[in-house]
Amino acid sequence: MDELLTIENLTVAFDTDEGVLTAVDDVSLSIGKGESVGLVGESGCGKSVTALSTLRLIPSPPGRIVSGRARYGAEDLLSVPIERLRAVRGAGIGMIFQEPMTALSPLHRVGKQLVEALRLHGRPSEAEAWATGADWLAKMGIADAAEVMYAYPFQLSGGMRQRVMIAMTLMLGPDLIIADEPTTALDVTIQAQIFELIAQMRARETALLLITHDMGVIWEMCERVIVMYASRIVEQGTREQIFEDPKHPYTEALLLSMPALAGGKGRLPAIKGQVPSPLEYPAGCRFADRCKHAFERCRTEQPPLYALAGGRRSACFLAEAGAAGSRKSEVGNRK
Amino acid sequence: MPNDTQHTSGGPLLEVRNLRTWFPIRRGVFTRTIGHVKAVDDVTLRVARGETLGLVGESGCGKTTLGRTLVGLERARAGTIRFAGEEITGARSDTLRAVRRRMQMVFQDPFESLNPRMTAMDIVTEGKRQAGLLARSDCEQEARALMNEVGLDANAIFRYPHEFSGGQRQRISVARALSVQPEFIICDEAVSALDVSIQAQIINLLMDLKAQRGLSYLFISHDLSVVRHISDRIAVMYLGRLVELGSAESVMERPLHPYTRALISAVPIPRVEKKQRIVLEGDVPSPSNPPPGCRFHTRCPHAVDACRQTVPELEPLADATDDTHLAACLRKRELR
Repeated sequence: MDELLTIENLTVAFDTDEGVLTAVDDVSLSIGKGESVGLVGESGCGKSVTALSTLRLIPSPPGRIVSGRARYGAEDLLSVPIERLRAVRGAGIGMIFQEPMTALSPLHRVGKQLVEALRLHGRPSEAEAWATGADWLAKMGIADAAEVMYAYPFQLSGGMRQRVMIAMTLMLGPDLIIADEPTTALDVTIQAQIFELIAQMRARETALLLITHDMGVIWEMCERVIVMYASRIVEQGTREQIFEDPKHPYTEALLLSMPALAGGKGRLPAIKGQVPSPLEYPAGCRFADRCKHAFERCRTEQPPLYALAGGRRSACFLAEAGAAGSRKSEVGNRK
Repeated sequence: MPNDTQHTSGGPLLEVRNLRTWFPIRRGVFTRTIGHVKAVDDVTLRVARGETLGLVGESGCGKTTLGRTLVGLERARAGTIRFAGEEITGARSDTLRAVRRRMQMVFQDPFESLNPRMTAMDIVTEGKRQAGLLARSDCEQEARALMNEVGLDANAIFRYPHEFSGGQRQRISVARALSVQPEFIICDEAVSALDVSIQAQIINLLMDLKAQRGLSYLFISHDLSVVRHISDRIAVMYLGRLVELGSAESVMERPLHPYTRALISAVPIPRVEKKQRIVLEGDVPSPSNPPPGCRFHTRCPHAVDACRQTVPELEPLADATDDTHLAACLRKRELR
């Protein structure tokens, strides 16, 4: 597959009063043209920072990109001049955030913001841009698009604001959209509407990097899944590989700990303990303390991200060549 | 979990009838009331002893206001609330205080609901101390016991909230609620802000405590999977009213109301290929000016003229073998 964006060995740190916090630790991933990739993990695992760093959107200081590259076309987004990066943001790589209020200006009407974005990336006249903006709002299923153009963001519901945000992102025709928890703040029935929109956009062959903590959302929207834990990638594979037969104990435990809509009573197989602090990660595998399969080596040596059969990867000694496939996941037995 | 819904000695623990909680909308110099936000509008339900009733609905449906009205954080405009047989709407404040000790609430955000200047010990023993049931000198021992019960290190009682993780803070919130020996706990999105792996720990804790202490819960959440897991019965709320009520299994497996069906079909579930998803159009109307007739008719794919005029009653299907499964839909029989 033609790679659209390739992140190589990205490490991002934040300087805090308590010391240096490693938010992203040696993360490499790639997204092909038109591909949909899910980046999943719990709060603080580094999934958002990975995405934001790619467009150099982390506050700096305290954040700093310690090392790595983000190849997009012939360029490295982490080292190109800022003017060039501004051209890529929006027109090449669009971003949708969890809370559109943080991305939209509260002081300007929706129409004005759409016009400004269009004129920043092209040369349409004011009137042309206004018509294009209204058009895109209508495409997003906003019935009274002409009126919404005159509304301020605070006058709109959360679902409407998210539609405006998606319209603003799509109308610039990016070839990759990074969506960071785009439906987490919305109700499920509104989330279903937003999914429909994103699915339509995918039909236009725009690639998607979807960041979420919700495994259900990943299953629904993504072809490939990358699982992060404690600032590192622990597993990656196709949707089916990850959900049917996870090769990392964290992925497996995460899937098992979710309550099922289909019912099932009694205690949930919760993951004991908690995520280690990014200020002082342990020497070995970061999941070792919570892992029921952990052995001596896990506590002293950090497992690399092993390449396994079927093009998948896992950062677990149990998945290392030879051992791979010897242990069948419990997830397969559960429905 | 043993099914102890049958254990109903002395009637329901909580009985709510025709409850209305309206918030006035005021305008102008004389703060004239020009309307009301009908957050809870004619809700009737019961919670049996030892039962968990799940309450689901989307933001703004009134589920939180209902919970807050039950514990007296909001004032009911009409209707009655009986707790253990005693009427508590409009009761005298001393009776009310005694009853409120038996009903506690756990909130969503363990970052905002704990006083940052109090130690864990002060937080978990405050209620009992205030009630005059605990001497200062016994606080430490009491706090240690409570911390143990909710799975926290008893030696952490002198720490402040910021020194705990989100999941641990929620355990402290639960310990605080337990301290006054309540019979009934209202959990308002109590696990919604937590990560999946931590969420499972707190769900387990709540279920263990229920079994050990014989607690009853009103479990308010927007998350259908969590509600399904923890509840014996489920109530579905839309725009201030209950639209469906029944056993967790029948509501989730055989929903009668089109809104419940849409809600269930909208939940993305791993490893299940989607059957036809019901995508509702538009947004929830404003509770200050709810539509006439069935409140769901503006978004319902099955609405007919009658739905725009007649308010449907929450009742079982006419020929139902299960008369505990209720739905407020005029067309529930033909749509089944």
